[in-house]
Amino acid sequence: MTTTPKPVTDIHTDYDIFDPAFVLDPTEAWTEIRESKCPIARTERWGGSWMPTRYEDVVAIAHEHETFTSRGIIVVPPPPGAFEGPYGGVTAPPITSDPPDHLWHRRLILPTFSPQSVAKYEQSTRDFCNELIDKFIDKGVGDAAGDYAQHIPVRVISTMLGVSVDMADEFTSWVRGVLEQGLTDPELRMASRMKILQFFIGQLEDRKRNPREHDLITELINSEVDGKKVDDNYVLGVCNLMLVAGIDTTWSAIGSSLWHLAQQPEHRRQLRENDELWPTAIEELLRVYSPVTMARIVDYDTEFQGCPMKTGDRVLMSFPAANRDPRMFENPDEVILGREHNRHVAFGSGIHRCAGSNLARLELRIALQTWLERIPEFELVDPTDVTWAGGQVRGPRRCLVSF
Amino acid sequence: MHVLVDKESCQGHQMCAIAAPEVFGSDVLGNAVVILVGEIPQHLTAKVRLAEANCPERAVVIEE
Repeated sequence: MTTTPKPVTDIHTDYDIFDPAFVLDPTEAWTEIRESKCPIARTERWGGSWMPTRYEDVVAIAHEHETFTSRGIIVVPPPPGAFEGPYGGVTAPPITSDPPDHLWHRRLILPTFSPQSVAKYEQSTRDFCNELIDKFIDKGVGDAAGDYAQHIPVRVISTMLGVSVDMADEFTSWVRGVLEQGLTDPELRMASRMKILQFFIGQLEDRKRNPREHDLITELINSEVDGKKVDDNYVLGVCNLMLVAGIDTTWSAIGSSLWHLAQQPEHRRQLRENDELWPTAIEELLRVYSPVTMARIVDYDTEFQGCPMKTGDRVLMSFPAANRDPRMFENPDEVILGREHNRHVAFGSGIHRCAGSNLARLELRIALQTWLERIPEFELVDPTDVTWAGGQVRGPRRCLVSF
Repeated sequence: MHVLVDKESCQGHQMCAIAAPEVFGSDVLGNAVVILVGEIPQHLTAKVRLAEANCPERAVVIEE
């Protein structure tokens, strides 16, 4: 990751979401901003942005979707030319949609991600997790992020879309190109976006020539709104969303949770011995290690909590910071697996609640349960060797553990 | 105790169904529905209060 040469001197007016120290552990910075006179920080770096840190503010902005639009949801502005040319109109609906189109953009895909619908992926996900563990368990050492977490969501997403699971590594590299390395490298971001679009343009053409029955792309191609078939840009946009929103988000949550458990023998024991703990434990890990920060674009000049926000300004929806607000959570920085009161917003709030949240929860639970069954005891090989990605999606990218 | 879900506010987080699976389920879109009709039995009232407390949209409404 490229880092800016200029060190951060004042986190309130000059924060840097790619500062290695912030990526490694943002807790202290969030606390400092949240408890200051101005809990909404500002920076001119990376295209400029505002960063609210209190739960109340983040949720209020998420709900004021007329002022804070979703036409830019990436934490840094798009590369030049990203939305030009024949496929310039391809976005990632419904995450990039505003009302009124948001309503049908979302309704068409929600049934695919209901709790009932995603339940059918439980057994295949478990089988796949076991296959991954088979590959390294005899070595006594493995990368919880790179050998395990990274491979799980992409496999499920490929299956849902009806594309070859052999594409997994390429999908992963394209998604990292858009959401991770690409955020500080506009050329890579643009090239990765085009690879994603070109791949799915081919998939659409193939399905139109050779109709299939049961896959999400086919269902999308055949879907209608008000008696009219949806256009290709919508279908391409949803495919784009499936990759950029469905892969490194959940992989990050799985990786962070394993990183946590590697250091917490008591938590490992509690989860192994107490099945009833899982529902609250999953929500607690999602709260403390919320991977995703989204952005909003201010639609017209406005003042929010005394901050003069201008048309086109970017606001970082720091759901991870909101989830550590002591006004909402007791001992917010502590992982309490049995925490019952937990109104977390790891999946956002308001009309853009993560459409894949039920799938993400399922993948996280299966990944952790399968790991603990096979590898009940494990620890970090070297805590200083763990690498993290941050910015849009925060989670470990290399996390060697021994067992 | 009776409970209902405000359909206008619910965004399908499913936090109510996690807190009280005996009482809340989901419709085809994944939005919450009350599956236990009528008076909430005594042994489930604490779970329903938790569902109310954990809903990020404050869409779970308890009537007593």
